[in-house]
Amino acid sequence: MSLTDRVLGDRQQLAYIASQAADARLNVELETEGMTLNIGPQHPATHGTLRIIARLDGEQVVWAEPACGYMHRGYEKLTEVRTYPQVTTLVNRIDWLGSFANEVPFILAAEKLMEVEAPPRAQHIRTILFELSRIANVSLFLGDLGVQLGAITPVFLAFRDREYVLNLIESATGGRFHPNFDRIGGLKDDLPAGWVDETRAVMKKLRGFCDQIEDLLFGNEIFQSRTRGIGVIPREVALQYGLSGANLRASGVDWDLRRDHQLPMAWNKADWKVWTHPDGDSFARCWIRLQETRESTKIVDQLLGSIPAGPVMAKVPKIIKVPEGEAWVSTENPLGEMGYYIVSRGDLGPFRVKIRSASFNNISITPWLLRGVYVPDIVTILASLYFILGDIDR
Amino acid sequence: MSALLAEVPYWGQSLLRVLGGIVAVLLPAGTIVYIFLFKMMSFMQSRLGPMEAGPYGSMQLFAEVGKWLQKEDIVPERADARIFKMAPVIVLLSTFLLVAVVPFGPDAWFTDFETGIFYALAVSSISVLGILIAGWSSANKYSLLGGLRAAGQLIAYELPMVLAVIGVVIQAETMNLQKIVVAQNSGSMFGIDTFGHPYVISQFIGFVIFMIAIQAELTQAPFDMPIAESELVSGYMTEYSGFRFLIFFIGEFATAGVFAMIASVLFLGGWGVPFSWFGWTSIDSIDNWMNVVGPLIMFTKMMLLVFIIMWIRFSYPRLREDQLQRFAWKGLIPVALLNIAVTSILKVVF
Repeated sequence: MSLTDRVLGDRQQLAYIASQAADARLNVELETEGMTLNIGPQHPATHGTLRIIARLDGEQVVWAEPACGYMHRGYEKLTEVRTYPQVTTLVNRIDWLGSFANEVPFILAAEKLMEVEAPPRAQHIRTILFELSRIANVSLFLGDLGVQLGAITPVFLAFRDREYVLNLIESATGGRFHPNFDRIGGLKDDLPAGWVDETRAVMKKLRGFCDQIEDLLFGNEIFQSRTRGIGVIPREVALQYGLSGANLRASGVDWDLRRDHQLPMAWNKADWKVWTHPDGDSFARCWIRLQETRESTKIVDQLLGSIPAGPVMAKVPKIIKVPEGEAWVSTENPLGEMGYYIVSRGDLGPFRVKIRSASFNNISITPWLLRGVYVPDIVTILASLYFILGDIDR
Repeated sequence: MSALLAEVPYWGQSLLRVLGGIVAVLLPAGTIVYIFLFKMMSFMQSRLGPMEAGPYGSMQLFAEVGKWLQKEDIVPERADARIFKMAPVIVLLSTFLLVAVVPFGPDAWFTDFETGIFYALAVSSISVLGILIAGWSSANKYSLLGGLRAAGQLIAYELPMVLAVIGVVIQAETMNLQKIVVAQNSGSMFGIDTFGHPYVISQFIGFVIFMIAIQAELTQAPFDMPIAESELVSGYMTEYSGFRFLIFFIGEFATAGVFAMIASVLFLGGWGVPFSWFGWTSIDSIDNWMNVVGPLIMFTKMMLLVFIIMWIRFSYPRLREDQLQRFAWKGLIPVALLNIAVTSILKVVF
């Protein structure tokens, strides 16, 4: 209980006490029987195959636990029998909404081991594509949020505007969903002609989409009453559970790997802001993501203006052999911190790869967070925590 | 209708009544589904909606009905089969019972109850039973939660609905829906009788409360937590398939249509036009062509009200169950009671 005394605000304290009290109240007042509700593995709120076992007292959750692994595809094991260039094909299916972002940390880790660095032009384009995949990912979240709360229209707006971003990614990389564009030492190709102007136009559209969502959804009173004060994660708890990304920033922790890590990427060449929110509730998490989408469009806009000339590929051998050693690189992916720990024995492929994906850690807080909430709030909280099933199960 | 059919034998009258009832329920339901659910929603969401079946997809509903009729009628193994099968019929039945008191023209009505609105409100709550037993007999936890939510919600919103209607009843001095229509169209506001006296003006608060209560009774967003497809999958409808789901589906939109009809009778002057336009003095002096034009006027008003219902449904997120109850008991009901008090005082004063 010292936690509640020390750091929590009034509202957070109340939410915490309510969750504790829910345990005590069961079977005391009305002699009611509890009910175990399996939310998933097939359930619209889990957008995938996550199963949440919830013990209910009426509509109140007494105890909840996520059961994941229904979509485990064994990527960590598969990387051991692939060569380095082949691994990107695998890993961009981890978080399938922002696939390019999955390739980058792996490539960076391999480059670190090989001690090569992509030329500045490649770094710039990498960063732009990284941010585009973040926009593609989070804009869908913003629409999906509405569906989870019962408003069906926003998701179609999100799909409409996300399509522009996917078209951009497709015209640059050839892959709409799974670009597989990143190479050790640079990129597969240069940008097509006219791409820069088109991207500028799309970024303007996306900013319009953000304004629209903020106006239509975030400004809605029902939306606010459904999300404000729901699923409060205090700063300390968020840190203890290892949350990352927007979920952590929404709890007031000023933490962004794009700014904090010194990686061979172009983020530090643009002027942008890391947003935090003091509340830590569902609304804060959604709001942070909305602001991040805006910041991403700004980053892309600025970087488009300053793409340096030069090659997009460094000098690397045709057959890539990574020297013996171990490397860990993590980046700030759309869902949070994503990193790869590569152990190399000097072969064509990695000896062992440990993938740290954001969603797996982000949903580990659900047993703590879901205690004492009502069934409709489960959906709100899961939606605002924002996980991708591929990112949980890998 | 009885005045038109004086020479027709009783069995013929009954047959025509049944046919008329089916038309009055299913025609609006089909139109609502096509215009609002298929097309308006699509246009709001920057897509075209169905375009293949018939011109602009207008035959889509027939295609969907055909699909549902072909599907297997699945009853879950542990469900209470007899009650499970009965539930959708009860829901649709209440809609048919409801339309029986709605007047469509000076002589075009099914039954002319003196206590018509009382009957309508009583009958409309039968659908709660259907929903509750659907939720209970499905032997599904989501259905059970949905059914219980529906019961709590429908009972909570029945009350503001009744209270909102009382204001109209006080003003019209009758519970007969036909007489309420006549009172609105033959009335005058501040001595001006050009527009009649539709109660939407003097009973505006009552109208708003009534529309909100309808929204909740129909379990449309933002009050759709009994169905709540993102949390309870589909609530009490989860286990239904084939034509039983179809009945629920038709019931949902048919009830929307019929409730909108009742709202237009109570607040917008129903089938009528202001009597002063054509120099009519009472219901007996109305020309016979109103029996044809009246239903069309009624239909237009109904579509207008359904448009509002659907517009809100497609754009709002869902409330939580406790927020919904708080809204009914702490917001709507006190306002409705106040409305009754003010109405009755003003009625006595003027």
